[in-house]
Amino acid sequence: MVIYGIALLGICTLIGLIIGKFLGSIFGIDANVGGIGIAMFLLMYCSSSLNTKLQIGDISEKGITFWSMIYIPIVVAMAARQNVIGALDGGLMAIVAGIVVVVVSFLFIPIITNYKKDR
Amino acid sequence: MNLIQEILIQNNLITAFVFVGLIVYLSYYLSDKFSNGRFHGSAIAIILGLIFAYIAGVFTNGKNGVSDIAILSGVGLLGGSMLRDFAIVATAYGAKLSDLRSSGFMGIFSLFFGVVLSFTLGALIAIAFGYEDPKSITTIGAGTVTFVVGPISGSAIGANSEAIALSIAAGLVKSILVMTITPLVAKRIGLNNPKSAMVFGGLMGTNSGVAAGLAAVDPKLVPYGAMTATFYTAVGCLIVPSLLFFLVDLLF
Repeated sequence: MVIYGIALLGICTLIGLIIGKFLGSIFGIDANVGGIGIAMFLLMYCSSSLNTKLQIGDISEKGITFWSMIYIPIVVAMAARQNVIGALDGGLMAIVAGIVVVVVSFLFIPIITNYKKDR
Repeated sequence: MNLIQEILIQNNLITAFVFVGLIVYLSYYLSDKFSNGRFHGSAIAIILGLIFAYIAGVFTNGKNGVSDIAILSGVGLLGGSMLRDFAIVATAYGAKLSDLRSSGFMGIFSLFFGVVLSFTLGALIAIAFGYEDPKSITTIGAGTVTFVVGPISGSAIGANSEAIALSIAAGLVKSILVMTITPLVAKRIGLNNPKSAMVFGGLMGTNSGVAAGLAAVDPKLVPYGAMTATFYTAVGCLIVPSLLFFLVDLLF
C-alpha cells in the first residue's frame, strides 16, 4: 500500500521535528534544533533495516520516492515565494554582506573537503 | 472570468502544481534551446521563481512573492516549510549511512566553522559601514549566518529594529545568492560527492539556499547537504547571542 510509505515518511518527519523542538526548548531557543536531520537519520535507518526485516515493499516505497522526486518543484515554489524585494531593499550593506559571505564560504568548500588529502 | 478565478482560488494547491509545472517546463525548454542542457533546467526554474517573486513583490507590496497573488496563494503552501521539510526528509531514502559516517566529522567541523566564518565576515562589514555598538554589529553578523539567526539573536540581546531588519535582509541576500550561484560554481569547487555536499551544507547553512543549490547541481547530493544545514541555524542561535556576542562586546 502506497500510504504505508507516506505514513512511514510522516512518522519519521514528525518524530524528528518533535525531538528538534524539544532540544530547542532545552537550550532555550525558539528554533528547531536539527529536527529534519534527525528525521533523515530515522528514515535512513528504517530504509536499511525494514527493507530486509519487515519488507516495506515496492509500492509502499513509491510513497516515499514520490516525495523525494517532487522535491525540486517544491524548491521552485519555495523560490517563487521568497521576499526578493526585501533582500534588495535592505540597502548596500545587506547586499555587500551577503555577497562577501557567500563568496568566501564557497572558497572554503574545497579547502575543508580536501583537508585530509593534503596532509 | 470571475468564475475561473473562483475555481483557481478554491483549488489553490492544484493551481500551484500547474504554475510550477509550467515554470519547470519553460525552464527545461530554455535550457535545451539556449545552452544545450549545460545550464541545468532546475537552476533556471529556481531563478525564474525568484524573478516571479520579485515581480509579484513590486505589484502586491507583499513579503511572500507570488503567493501574495490570490490565485497563486497555493504556491505558499507548496513551497512552505511543511512540504519542503517533508520532501527533504524523503530525499534521505536511499542515501547511505556509511557516506554520512565517513565524513561526519568534516560535516560537524564545517558547521561550527561556517557559523563563525559567516558571523565574523558579517560583523566586519557592519563595522566597515560605520556601526559601532556591539548589539548592532552582533545582530548584522547573525543575519549573515541566516535570516532566522539574525532576528532571534537580535531580539535576545536587545538590538534595535533597524539592525534586525538589516540582518534579515543580509540573510535573504545570502540565501538567494546560494540558490543562484551554486550551480554555476559547483564544478570548480568540487561539489560532486557526498563529502563536499556535507561541507557545503555546513558552510552555507541557509536551508532554502542549500536545498535549492544542491537540487540544481545533483538531487542525489541533497540529503547530505540538508543533513548538516539542518543543524546550522540551531548552532547559530546557540553561539551567536551568547559566546560570539560576548566576544564582540569585549572588543567594542
